Amino acid sequence: MAEMMKKATRESYGEALAKLAEINDKVIVFDADLAGATKTGIFKKACPERFFDCGIAEANMMVAAAGASTCGLIPFASTFAMFAAGRAFEQVRNSIGYPHLNVKIGATHAGVSVGEDGATHQCNEDIALMRTIPGMTIINPADDVEAQAAVMAAAQYMGPVYLRFGRLAAPVFNGPDYKFEMGKGVTLREGKDLTIIATGILVYEALMAAEALAGEGIDARVINIHTIKPLDTQLVLQAARETGVLVTAEEHSVIGGLGAAVLEAISEECPVPVVRVGIKDTFGHSGKGAELLKEYGLCRENIATEAKRALKLKK
Amino acid sequence: MNDQKRRRLAKAANHVRKGILEEVYAAQSGHPGGSLSIADIMTYLYQEELRVDPANPRWEDRDRLVLSKGHVCPALYAALAQKGFFPEEELKTFRRVGSRLQGHPDLNKAPGVDFTAGSLGQGVSAAAGMALAGKINRKDYRVYAILGDGELQEGEVWESAMFSAHYKLDNLCYIIDNNGLQIDGDIRDVCSPYPIDEKFAAFGFHVINIDGHNFDEIEEALAQAKTVKGKPTAIIAKTVKGKGISFMENNAAWHGAAPNAQQYETALADLEKIEEVL
Repeated sequence: MAEMMKKATRESYGEALAKLAEINDKVIVFDADLAGATKTGIFKKACPERFFDCGIAEANMMVAAAGASTCGLIPFASTFAMFAAGRAFEQVRNSIGYPHLNVKIGATHAGVSVGEDGATHQCNEDIALMRTIPGMTIINPADDVEAQAAVMAAAQYMGPVYLRFGRLAAPVFNGPDYKFEMGKGVTLREGKDLTIIATGILVYEALMAAEALAGEGIDARVINIHTIKPLDTQLVLQAARETGVLVTAEEHSVIGGLGAAVLEAISEECPVPVVRVGIKDTFGHSGKGAELLKEYGLCRENIATEAKRALKLKK
Repeated sequence: MNDQKRRRLAKAANHVRKGILEEVYAAQSGHPGGSLSIADIMTYLYQEELRVDPANPRWEDRDRLVLSKGHVCPALYAALAQKGFFPEEELKTFRRVGSRLQGHPDLNKAPGVDFTAGSLGQGVSAAAGMALAGKINRKDYRVYAILGDGELQEGEVWESAMFSAHYKLDNLCYIIDNNGLQIDGDIRDVCSPYPIDEKFAAFGFHVINIDGHNFDEIEEALAQAKTVKGKPTAIIAKTVKGKGISFMENNAAWHGAAPNAQQYETALADLEKIEEVL
């Protein structure tokens, strides 16, 4: 475990796009002056004739991608999550979501782990925003393997997909034989006392938390929800029924994200206590990404602490 | 253009205007003013210009038309019905529950609608994406985007203009319906977009100023746009909001209001009178 490789999922995004360039001539990539940061530059290098820089103009980029998709192309429109889901929300809602067009939104630099750039660039609201759009698929991969698989799956799928990637290098814990299935959660560890449902870079932290909890005699199940919409409701409900209490963990606001999706899923059929680990309705600030994750409790130690608190709520 | 063709187009345009009136009257809702101002251009496009096939609305080699000022879809629907994309009787379902003719055009509902538009500023970007796709896919179709003059206040229009000029989208042609009025009044008083021609020229467009109710000028401008290489074209069409219906002409109050029964009769009489002399 100590020697685990680390890689930022934005890097995975760029690499997967470059692979797509070889196998799918319908794929085109748009970026908004961030190719170096979103890593679409890797695609640009592999396939310059299918890469289009839109400049710092995200509204136009999203709808130009929508227009191109009506002509049989598969556009990946790329920028930071803040500008993809935030600035261009209404374009995504009206010109991609409402007509249900085949546009893939590659949103990088999500969450506080953006780090030094500070609150203006740390998007903790994108999942909430995208979840409100009917028919939008939202995928928040946990590591390099899952991120690359998600990009490939998104290209195969017909319809709008919001892909969320991070800036910070994250441990690669999925093996080369990992099979990604859109909309299906992954049980990474069985357990009967409680279930930690995590997404994105907090999946690995949840696994580490479960390991620590095991040392204290607590048997925690860990589920990776990479597809936040449509949510694997069946798996979530099963966890609620079998373990009686849930902890959700996400690098996103506790309002409207994975935690909220889980609450909505269980509230009518199996309401059990849910403790949400996430950004507590606040903005971020500058600092090193790793430091900020700790500061906001988006780490194994806090997940374990919250898990113990959750256990006390269990009936 | 010979006189016969001119008269045929005028009749067709008047028929489109009647369609607009029927739609808005039946719905008791909608946007007649801007629909009437674009009616002549819309008629010319569907009768003469666009390479489209009503029997195959999704034909991949077709010319595309994006109605960026989507609220004037009564004009688009009337022109599509006239071309045979759907029955003219359907115009009366405009804005009703269950209708394919939504309050703003929906590409998944009405046959012949190339893009879902209505939130201003977005259609031009979609048109740019289609034009770019045409270049990538090596297709020879052309893409037309109809914008309002008030719509030019949307920042996305200029983002998109920069993009289209940068990528040399000479298969893209904007038509700006310069009727001079928007909901809150005269565009010069609300937040002036003038000088429109100089702005588009500065953004790298080939610019043509025309009278948007003159078929000869419409024909010449569209023909000229096709000869332009390496840059998109912006046709700025001076028009009259509410054109053809006496009490609606140049009156911002008819931007988004439906006539009552008495007004409908007057409006219909105005259009019948126009037809009589054609």
